[in-house]
Amino acid sequence: MSKKHQEQVLDQGIENGIKRLTPEKIKRVVDRVLKQEAAARLQVYLESCMRCGLCAEACHTYLSRDKDPAFSPVAKVSQTIWELKKRDGKVKPEFFRDMARIVYTECGTCRRCSMYCPFGIDIAYLIMLGRRICHLLQVVPQYLQDTTNSHSATLNQMWVNQDDWIDTLMWQEEELQMENPNYSIPLEKEGSDVMYSVIGPEPKIMAHLIAGMGKVFHQAGIDWTMPATDGWDNSNMAMFSGDMEVMGRVERLHWETAERLKVKKIVMGECGHAYRGAVYDGPRWLGWSYPPIPMVHAIEFYYDLLKTGRLKIKKKFQKRVTVQDPCNTVRGLALGEKLRYVINATCEDFVDVTPNKEHNYCCAAGGGVINCGPPWKKSRMLSNRVKADQLRATGAEVVITPCHNCHAGIEDIVEYYDLKMHTHFVLDILMEVVDFS
Amino acid sequence: MYDFARGPLVWIAFAVFILGSIYRLVTILKLAKKDKVVYPYLNFKAGIRSIMHWIVPFASLNMRQRPFFTIITFTFHLLLMITPLFALGHLMLLEESWGFSWWNLPEGMINAMTITFLVLAGLLTLRRITDPTVRFISGIGDFLLMLLVASPFLTGLLAYYQIGNYHMMITLHMVTGALWLMAIPFTRVSHMLFFALTRAYMGSEFGHVRGTKDW
Repeated sequence: MSKKHQEQVLDQGIENGIKRLTPEKIKRVVDRVLKQEAAARLQVYLESCMRCGLCAEACHTYLSRDKDPAFSPVAKVSQTIWELKKRDGKVKPEFFRDMARIVYTECGTCRRCSMYCPFGIDIAYLIMLGRRICHLLQVVPQYLQDTTNSHSATLNQMWVNQDDWIDTLMWQEEELQMENPNYSIPLEKEGSDVMYSVIGPEPKIMAHLIAGMGKVFHQAGIDWTMPATDGWDNSNMAMFSGDMEVMGRVERLHWETAERLKVKKIVMGECGHAYRGAVYDGPRWLGWSYPPIPMVHAIEFYYDLLKTGRLKIKKKFQKRVTVQDPCNTVRGLALGEKLRYVINATCEDFVDVTPNKEHNYCCAAGGGVINCGPPWKKSRMLSNRVKADQLRATGAEVVITPCHNCHAGIEDIVEYYDLKMHTHFVLDILMEVVDFS
Repeated sequence: MYDFARGPLVWIAFAVFILGSIYRLVTILKLAKKDKVVYPYLNFKAGIRSIMHWIVPFASLNMRQRPFFTIITFTFHLLLMITPLFALGHLMLLEESWGFSWWNLPEGMINAMTITFLVLAGLLTLRRITDPTVRFISGIGDFLLMLLVASPFLTGLLAYYQIGNYHMMITLHMVTGALWLMAIPFTRVSHMLFFALTRAYMGSEFGHVRGTKDW
């Protein structure tokens, strides 16, 4: 506990939370999560872990922090869940300062470690249990809690009001129609084939992506719509703060909105965790095995359009590109190959990273980590030196990041490690190379 | 003590091992129902593939990246299982008690296997002491467990070569062997029972639900 934390980060959310803790509350919450909410998996994982340490070399945090033992996946669990179990929930409030730091900012639940563990122990699950405990004790990083509060109040991540939402869409439609009067962003069109859903930040700070998708839908001849009501946001920061109840509410509204519009499937933008929340974690919390209609990730969507020739390329992107495999699309959805198909179809000079696909490193921004805000930025940067080295080795000018969190996280890494690269979404590339006529 | 170890203790040890293992497995399988997301997503094919990949040496990426460690740990586990089953002394006792046995490995080979096993156990323990990453998460329990697992091998070897008082050594061999059997359901050695379960579950989550590989 010495050399790794030269700078102690002061997070108001965590500090204020700790002040409100009492021994009874701590014991009650820890017992509730470890003995009632968790069951077989927790017991087997704690017992079967043979403390072999093979998970360590999987973790970008551990590798970037010069293999400091305190950052290996098993060490993150040993300092949190194992301690709580050993002391039967009888810990001091200050314990949760370290625990919140570890489970919210030093692990993004990317599941790379589970591929290196001989037992396939779901360390991400154990970290999420830690987050669940911290959430129920209300010891959560300030910025992350704010996004969860936003989800709770507005059902989206960015405190966007319904009229702001509609205004933004209509503004983007106007921009599109200046280019070509046939473009539109159809709102509330019942019976469409596709409902397009975006993540919270898009209408707030990246609205041009919505217009861009409008062009793609039009060019490919797709019958699509977007909701004018709440339920348009497919992101789910509540999932990452441990607030499963709000997570469930957000996901239910998302699916019910699609149902209300009677669409055949949902196409989502380039986000990683949105798929995870909408198709895995959300439905399971709600008691469904699988969601009612398919959800198609943007990567798969672009792949289909390019493969079937519904989108044609006028001239390939010339700059040298490389790629980031978002954990939730590559380990969570096997889209590594399809992403590379899309990149090769649209870019002339693609250099892959090593390791890649399922074995690619996490961006150290997703999983709620970047959402913990500015106080933790330095920590994030220190936790992903290996990503910088990995990208630098490709000699590329552009890194394609088909996930909003990866995009932001890698942008930070590019700046911090002076990589002289630009980050692009796949959609950014498509806007340049597709023949829109 | 010898008569107890040679007789009733064997019964007790196997009873605790077999009944204890069944008990642990049944309770975990029942508890998994409470963990509602386990059974709905299990897939036989994906689970078996994952299990197979992780019990074949050098099949998974992690094993290929660490060849030395892979060889040590696989050999350690193989020797742990094979040596007791094919040792002449054990088979003679089995013949005496139950009237049947099977083919044994040459005694010299068994001794070589035992010595190798002890060396590997020593190497693994050395790793636990010297590798900072492993040391950080290790406790006294990990060392005691290794001692327990190695004791039957050590005492068996010493008894064979009649180092020390033979009578005491062979009794110790039987007692530590019994303790080790009884430890299987109730200590971390239960990973023997649970490996297939965790592997099948993760294999199903990665392979069947998500369509990716978990190795």
